[in-house]
Amino acid sequence: MTEKVKVRIDGEVIAATAGQTILEVARANGKYIPALCYMEGLSAVGACRLCMVQVAGVARLLPACTTPVQEGLAIDTTSSQLQSYRKIALELLLAERNHVCAVCVSSGHCELQTLAQEHGVTYVRYPYNYPRLTVDTTHPRYVLDHNRCILCSRCVRTCAEIEGAHVWDMAGRGIDTRLVSELKRPWGEATSCTSCGKCVQACPTGAMAEKGWAVEEMTKQRTVVSRLTSMREGQ
Amino acid sequence: MKKITIDHVSRIEGHAKITIRLDSAGQVADTQFHVTQVRGFEKFVEGRPYYEMPSITSRICGICPVSHELASSKACDSIMAVRIPVTAAKLRELIHCAQFVQSHALSFFHLSAPDLLLGMDFDPATRNIAGLLEEHPDALRDGIGLRKFGQQVIERLARERVHPSWVVPGGVNSPLDPHARELTLTELPAAMAIVKRTLALWKGTVDHFPNEIESFSNFPTMYCGLVGPDGSLRLYDGNLRFVGSDGSMVADQVAPNDYATYIGEATLPDSYLKAPYFKPTGFPDGIYRVGPLARLNVADRCGTPGADAELEEYRQRFGRIVQSGFHYHYARLIEALYALERMQELLDDPSIVGTMVRAHAGVNDLEGVGVIEAPRGTLIHHYKVDANGAMTWANLVVATGHNNLAIGRGILQVAKRFVDGNKIKEGALNRVSALVRAYDPCLSCSTHALGTVPLALELRGADGQLLDEVRTE
Repeated sequence: MTEKVKVRIDGEVIAATAGQTILEVARANGKYIPALCYMEGLSAVGACRLCMVQVAGVARLLPACTTPVQEGLAIDTTSSQLQSYRKIALELLLAERNHVCAVCVSSGHCELQTLAQEHGVTYVRYPYNYPRLTVDTTHPRYVLDHNRCILCSRCVRTCAEIEGAHVWDMAGRGIDTRLVSELKRPWGEATSCTSCGKCVQACPTGAMAEKGWAVEEMTKQRTVVSRLTSMREGQ
Repeated sequence: MKKITIDHVSRIEGHAKITIRLDSAGQVADTQFHVTQVRGFEKFVEGRPYYEMPSITSRICGICPVSHELASSKACDSIMAVRIPVTAAKLRELIHCAQFVQSHALSFFHLSAPDLLLGMDFDPATRNIAGLLEEHPDALRDGIGLRKFGQQVIERLARERVHPSWVVPGGVNSPLDPHARELTLTELPAAMAIVKRTLALWKGTVDHFPNEIESFSNFPTMYCGLVGPDGSLRLYDGNLRFVGSDGSMVADQVAPNDYATYIGEATLPDSYLKAPYFKPTGFPDGIYRVGPLARLNVADRCGTPGADAELEEYRQRFGRIVQSGFHYHYARLIEALYALERMQELLDDPSIVGTMVRAHAGVNDLEGVGVIEAPRGTLIHHYKVDANGAMTWANLVVATGHNNLAIGRGILQVAKRFVDGNKIKEGALNRVSALVRAYDPCLSCSTHALGTVPLALELRGADGQLLDEVRTE
């Protein structure tokens, strides 16, 4: 029998099941914590640092997506310090690569853009990195634009955990980290790719898109991954 | 040698500087037109998927983004090797006409009317929109109203007034809302009345500028523009025609794909604006002009009744081939009337509300050319892609570029006529700037390849000493 625990989120006492993460409990109870790398139905990696929360008695901030609840935890998800840190995280994401919303196929349908708007990012206080990045157009149906990639790894996990093909991985370290297909083969030459397109649907930005859609036209079916997972769990 | 600098030229789109060199007697010896900004679009688009090009290139300019979107989309249609649906072609022409109306209204009223209605020598402190509001409130109201109409039609069609993303490779991305059609049809008569009023006003005013007519680029050049199969004026689609200064046919029905056979591009040492020339004649003798003046010289007729009647009167007054750059203003008004009449025709056509508005395709050709008549003149987008659709090369030949040689030579003519190095008058220097404004140059558009337009004017003496300098902020 699963152990029941009680936690306090933003002052409200909430019943949860041991093993659930703070993010799962919060969202299940209508409490909004922003996140980019988290996607329901995939394993959690704590990469984007947007879901950071404050736990009473813990000196450092903890990522809600990977921190399991424990009996008696008191969690703050909305403090001004958190808001400030989330804004910094978003600005750093925007400064790292070349996110030019005006000419992006996903403008208007982008999770990074939406979060930046929600958090009042009207400018970026850090100098832009302006890296020279490539666009992989080799796949006949899809395109990967590294300029718009935030390294959330949702595509990596979708391909490995849902499709079972594991085409995608991360190569390099730190600021030189790049998403790679099949050990750095061009996407169009990746023989393990089934062209299912779920990575594209899972991508929060315009980094992965279907070919042929003009600016603002690339809408994504965000729920496809979580729907597949829940259907399989139901079997 | 003495030198005057106008830095920068005001009431134009972008950044430019003019240098006037004087001889030892203080008379104008030479002039130079410098465009001082680098944009770099042709280079930085390399590697991008071709279907992003309409939106990327529309960022070249905030005044006529629609023109770039259209030329770019046509180049992309060509790469996809598709014929876009009939309704899509009509909708593209419709938004293009709306763009013409708003851009021509901006050029005539907002940018040039201070010179034209207040006078070239009017106090520079109020030789602007504020002065117009004081002296000619009705004309200003008309100008604002006309531009608003054009912008609203663009918004109705494309959801946004500036940089919409509605024109896409293969067509447009949504059909025309029948309510938007009705609304636009009800507003068209008022817009047409504004243009007719303004034409009447200008026809009564143009004779007050004999010296400007005589000296604003009043010299023979060739002219270039798009025409239909019957030789009539075309803005969205057609073939290129070049006519000589005497009206002789130099080249006719040149397919857009063959533009490079006729148009060469020279690079000038002191400007970021390239100088296209008529290739068979060579550089720099192959000087030709584009834009409203050129289009009306090139076309046999407009093709709509009101504009054709105005064109006939215009030709009766100034001749079949009109050489003076000052008449760009008049030609612009006739074109605004044509654009409104075309909008009426397009909106009256029941197929305009058709719902098949987009063709989908991948890369079927590795090269594509798109040519349209932008408000300022012929606009050419030429792309090459790889088999995956990534851009490998781009060439943009922009309207203001075609006119570069003529603007340069026109500045010398107007400076020689009005500027006296021994007693420099603001009004004289303003005429130099006004010549540039007559061409309605879009310098941010035209410096896509290498790199400036508020205008600066330098007056330098025979020893190179800087005598005077005018900079507009």
